[in-house]
Amino acid sequence: MAMPAAEIETLIRAGIPDAEVTITDLAGDGDHYAAHVVSAAFAGKPRVAQHKLVYAALGERMGGQLHALQLTTAVPN
Amino acid sequence: MSDSNTRIAEIVNGNDVVLFMKGTALFPQCGFSSRAVAILDHLGVKYETVDVLQDMEIRQGIKSYSDWPTIPQLYVKGEFVGGSDIMMEMFEAGELQQFLSDQGIAAA
Repeated sequence: MAMPAAEIETLIRAGIPDAEVTITDLAGDGDHYAAHVVSAAFAGKPRVAQHKLVYAALGERMGGQLHALQLTTAVPN
Repeated sequence: MSDSNTRIAEIVNGNDVVLFMKGTALFPQCGFSSRAVAILDHLGVKYETVDVLQDMEIRQGIKSYSDWPTIPQLYVKGEFVGGSDIMMEMFEAGELQQFLSDQGIAAA
């Protein structure tokens, strides 16, 4: 079920090209991650819509292969 | 509309604050659900929970209902508010308290 951090980052960037992605492996087990995603694409969007953009980039993996992803989003300063 | 959509609509429209989660408020079965319960408990609002682990139809249906792939999911007055990360962000910013009070949901 595990997924390498680099793969998560690549998938998010494929969906949101300008995204700055910071991944933290929370448990050191390759299965529980935190992702902080910064993108101009989030500007003016409510949080739910911002998170949906990231989930869309991750596609079917979210909630399946990628069980535990703590997600925070932000617009660049 | 499928049966599960109808059932979910009845639940979210029939309860002011409802959390779809894994496990129960007393015994959450997942760290994210546990965090969501902790936030609601801290705010002291009255809420209902639905244990998706006890109901496969709702477990699958809730993901398409709001086009949201993960559980927990919080609904207030029939509207999808977010998952546990959004709840935490809103809570830390003081927005969740404000939002609930704007919706007429008072701390018990």
